[in-house]
Amino acid sequence: MTTTSTPPRHTVKPQAARRSFVERWLAMIFLAPTLLGMALFTFLPIIGSLVLAFFRWDIISAPEFVGFANFASLAQDPTVRVSFLNTIVFVVVAVILQLGIALSLASMLQARMPSWLRVFLRSTFFFPLVLSAASVSIFMRYMFNEQFGVVNWLLSLIGIPAVPWLTSPVASAAVVVLVYVWQNFGFSFLLFLGALSNIPKELHEAANLDGATGWKQFSNVTLPLISPTVLVASVMAIISALQVFDQPYVLTNGGPGDSTRTAVMVIFESAFQQLEFGEASAIGLVLTVLILAVTALQFRLSRRFVFYQ
Amino acid sequence: MSSQTLNTGTNEHPGSTAGTPATPRPYRNRRLPAAGTVGRYAALAVAAALTLGPVLWTLSTSLRTPSESFNLPPSFLPINPDFTAYREVFKQINVGLLVLNSALVTGLIALGQMASATLAGYAFARLDFRGKNAIFSLVLATMMVPVQVTIVPVFMLIRGMGLSDTLLALILPAIPTAFGTFLMRQYFLGLPHDFAEAAALDGAGPWRIFRSVYVPLAVPGMAIVGILAFNFHWNEFFRPLILTISEQNFTLPLGLVTLQGNLGTGSISVVLAGVILSMLPALVVFIFGQRTLREGLTAGASK
Repeated sequence: MTTTSTPPRHTVKPQAARRSFVERWLAMIFLAPTLLGMALFTFLPIIGSLVLAFFRWDIISAPEFVGFANFASLAQDPTVRVSFLNTIVFVVVAVILQLGIALSLASMLQARMPSWLRVFLRSTFFFPLVLSAASVSIFMRYMFNEQFGVVNWLLSLIGIPAVPWLTSPVASAAVVVLVYVWQNFGFSFLLFLGALSNIPKELHEAANLDGATGWKQFSNVTLPLISPTVLVASVMAIISALQVFDQPYVLTNGGPGDSTRTAVMVIFESAFQQLEFGEASAIGLVLTVLILAVTALQFRLSRRFVFYQ
Repeated sequence: MSSQTLNTGTNEHPGSTAGTPATPRPYRNRRLPAAGTVGRYAALAVAAALTLGPVLWTLSTSLRTPSESFNLPPSFLPINPDFTAYREVFKQINVGLLVLNSALVTGLIALGQMASATLAGYAFARLDFRGKNAIFSLVLATMMVPVQVTIVPVFMLIRGMGLSDTLLALILPAIPTAFGTFLMRQYFLGLPHDFAEAAALDGAGPWRIFRSVYVPLAVPGMAIVGILAFNFHWNEFFRPLILTISEQNFTLPLGLVTLQGNLGTGSISVVLAGVILSMLPALVVFIFGQRTLREGLTAGASK
């Protein structure tokens, strides 16, 4: 095709150039659905949220610029304040429970046991993950019913009087945590199971020979080796717990009072019940900043504390 | 990172101690298999009972007659199954329509995600273009943005597009997937380069190489994306609650929560029958696609 005398080297070049030209076009076409979709349904809405947070708008009348008033209401509005406090307490308690249960169960599965039993237990702990949080909250609401609920019935068998699970502030917060952890510990469990099974068994043998067994072996050998997974599992658990909505919405609808109202519930209520779209956007932005902060913290911590093999 | 990284947590024999008789085991364990082992089995049994108990209670209560469904003692095993509640739930709500809506929404999102993520993932893994890394970082960054933050503008956008209260309002925004794109990119990076080179020598262009060589090889990766999308969107509650208004566009979780609101505590078994019905597809995925689902769920952590 090409003109000059030097044969093979030159004949390849235009072909390669044409190829890379075709590739560029192909890449653009291939990326179009994802990138256009994200531009429309993620990036545009983020900008929209940023703008909306400075306006008061109920969709019906014209938006009115209010400066930082929407953010100020976060500090002043008692419902908003309580819901953020609730969310933080929820995250701390739920994440500690979730990771603790997951890590204990994953460690126990490392022991010698019949393989069918291990598969059965792994499937069992994984199962709640495939259910919908709404369905789970529906049946759990019946189970925690004060009069005819199965939980109080079981407690009555060991002589504990009926607990007003869904009508007392503290107990209803506990129910939301329990139902959430019941459904989600399986995720952390899977992560820990993968990490634990990747530890070379020679390390445990060496530790045994050195006399490090039980808790000593776990804290000095196992835990450092799975620390990258512990960090990732914690961050993923924190981020997902910060966004809790389905369980409190169905179980208690935020009540009694505001005792189980969470940040996302307030976003939902101020936007779609009170038509305060600006305030909802402002609350959403604060939540995003919290999530970004947790992620940034992950990167810092992973450089300082995590042991990579 | 190869496709091997997708395999975390699937090891059937983690056995740090399993099957190694040569390992010097702690002295007390040999003498008294009781102490530690019994405690461990007891803890595992309690955990398994607490995990399965609520599901068994739901199943067997849905199989009691509506009038006695809240009687105590509760039932954990369906000994005398009664299907009145299942007939009743079909009378109370339009189960068929809810299932159809959920299936349409979930199915189209899954297909859309599989297609768009395969295309984008391939472009990021195998094609050369300017700004590739920057664009990929941008795509990944969208994973940080919670859906609750974008929902208000998305709701208005949907209104502006004239899609309010339609199933498309649920489907379209869910199709672009950062996580799916990330998974497919990993998958394509894990496939050998030689095939592409051989095909190129045979004169295949970039499209042919993608279509005839790599797409067939990427089917397992696409299955992960599809199953993850199914599991997430079949169970989704927050977006349908906001983006659908009339009951004819409700999906299953929304329909069931509405049913519970309407029936209250009157007939538990009817509501629970609906809950059990809505679990069936998830159960199918659990039985046949558990491994794929596990791989997909844990893949994000090995990033």
